[in-house]
Amino acid sequence: MIAAQIALADRVSAGDTAWMLVATALVLMMTPALGLFYAGLVRAKNTLNTFMMSIGALGVVTVAWALIGYSLAFDSGNGFIGGLKFALLRGVTFSPRHGTAIPHLLFMAFEAAFCIITAALVSGAVVERMRYGAFLVFMVLWSVLVYAVLAHWVWGGGWLQRGGTLDFAGGVPVEMCSGFSAFAAAIAVGARKDYGRQALLPHNAVYALLGAGLLWFGWFGFNGGSGYSIGHPGVLAFVNTLLTPACTLVVWFVLDLLRGGRVTAIGAATAIIVGCVGITPAAGYISPMSAMLLGVLAALPSYAFIVWRPKTRLDETLDVLAAHGLAGLTGILFIGFFAQLSWNGVSNGLLYGHLAQLGWQALAALCGPAYAFTGTYVILRVIALVMPLRVSARQEALGMDVIEHGEEAYTSGEGAILVVTEGAREPGVAVAQP
Amino acid sequence: MKLVIGIVRPEKANDVLEALYQADVRGLSISRVQGHGGELDRVETYRGTTVKMELSEKVRFEIAVSDPFVEPTVDALRNAAQTGEVGDGKIFVVPLERAVRIRTGEVDHGALTPVGE
Repeated sequence: MIAAQIALADRVSAGDTAWMLVATALVLMMTPALGLFYAGLVRAKNTLNTFMMSIGALGVVTVAWALIGYSLAFDSGNGFIGGLKFALLRGVTFSPRHGTAIPHLLFMAFEAAFCIITAALVSGAVVERMRYGAFLVFMVLWSVLVYAVLAHWVWGGGWLQRGGTLDFAGGVPVEMCSGFSAFAAAIAVGARKDYGRQALLPHNAVYALLGAGLLWFGWFGFNGGSGYSIGHPGVLAFVNTLLTPACTLVVWFVLDLLRGGRVTAIGAATAIIVGCVGITPAAGYISPMSAMLLGVLAALPSYAFIVWRPKTRLDETLDVLAAHGLAGLTGILFIGFFAQLSWNGVSNGLLYGHLAQLGWQALAALCGPAYAFTGTYVILRVIALVMPLRVSARQEALGMDVIEHGEEAYTSGEGAILVVTEGAREPGVAVAQP
Repeated sequence: MKLVIGIVRPEKANDVLEALYQADVRGLSISRVQGHGGELDRVETYRGTTVKMELSEKVRFEIAVSDPFVEPTVDALRNAAQTGEVGDGKIFVVPLERAVRIRTGEVDHGALTPVGE
């Protein structure tokens, strides 16, 4: 997408490489930050399990990405999916990735971090009841069959990219994809047993705030790195990543005040995410003032949906669809109106006289979510044929931490009797089904 | 007058509250307690340290009721808290000598009758 500007460098740029090494690490940090954010939003007995879903992505998704996912996303292949040329990272070396001035190997790692956090995002829909093992299996299949395909469509030479869809840092494969996959996962796995009957409240708003703050920090690498260089698009994206979430935060405060008379902490944490998501696809394509307007607009559909959704039977527990799906959709469509050639050097939107751009953005906003929803639903249904997707109601009541991990987040040590040290393990101590 | 003490699983506490409400039993205290009632030990591992958790979390209900309410209270506790597995808890009914409502100084039956009835 930025290819034209970089003048097809055949040499690796020291500046670009230095920045992209840092950006990759920033994006990788977003996954544990997301784990913290999600852990704060669930009940105390499910803290570790929720966090571990994100940590799990760091393991299994990275492996799947290196073995095959990267190739399916970024080898040229056909319009729908990439080929197998880069499978097992063959040919992914120090020479620059086509269209950039950074080593191909680094490009692969940067994109890996995107795939990891996107898979972890989907966990928000199924926390507090989905079996850990089943979720790990899901993430592996999903990262290869859903994420890699959508990444190919907009970045790897797929049909949307060829047509002209603009997606700077992942409105289609990251934001709308995780949001609508979460929607499908919530339906496939089903609601928590007490959903709609009891108040299921966040247990630590400080985690949510800290997690959101760290996500915003990491997002500077996510958007700022998506120009793959220290050139204009990256700088524009970096600054817009400051402006848009700030506007969303302010608008969220106003909406909170109008609705309940108070500014809420969990609302603020959510607003930061929504703003960052909104600017993600548009970051390198719109002017700073447009980015601020996007921050205002992105708040509205997400806020309305978050207020309405808990009144329905859809237990999309941590509102991934509202925060990522809808805000990502807003950002993708916004490009169609507000893209500005004088800022991005690539294309204009409708307001600057290029109607076709809006057409391609709208097409991406239809097809991306449709594929993500369908793919996720089918994958989960197939996994359900082999293993149960969720724990029993009784285990769900006890809490996922003790059931799935044999640990507690907030253990007091009272009543804990030291069993054995390694090497003298007593065979008599059965792992009791609590 | 009796004091009904029910010790139940924490995850059943909400069901018990609902059942008591439906049985028209008002006025109760709950506290989080830890205890051991013969259930299997839970084993947890933290790095190299393996521990048996001898005490499990329970919720203790204390409900002072006049005589006609004793049976409905016990029934509500039992039906709502039962899962059939070891560790469901216990109900104790003990005689109550005196009850005083602090606000008004009403004693015994008057003190236990909910306000507004």
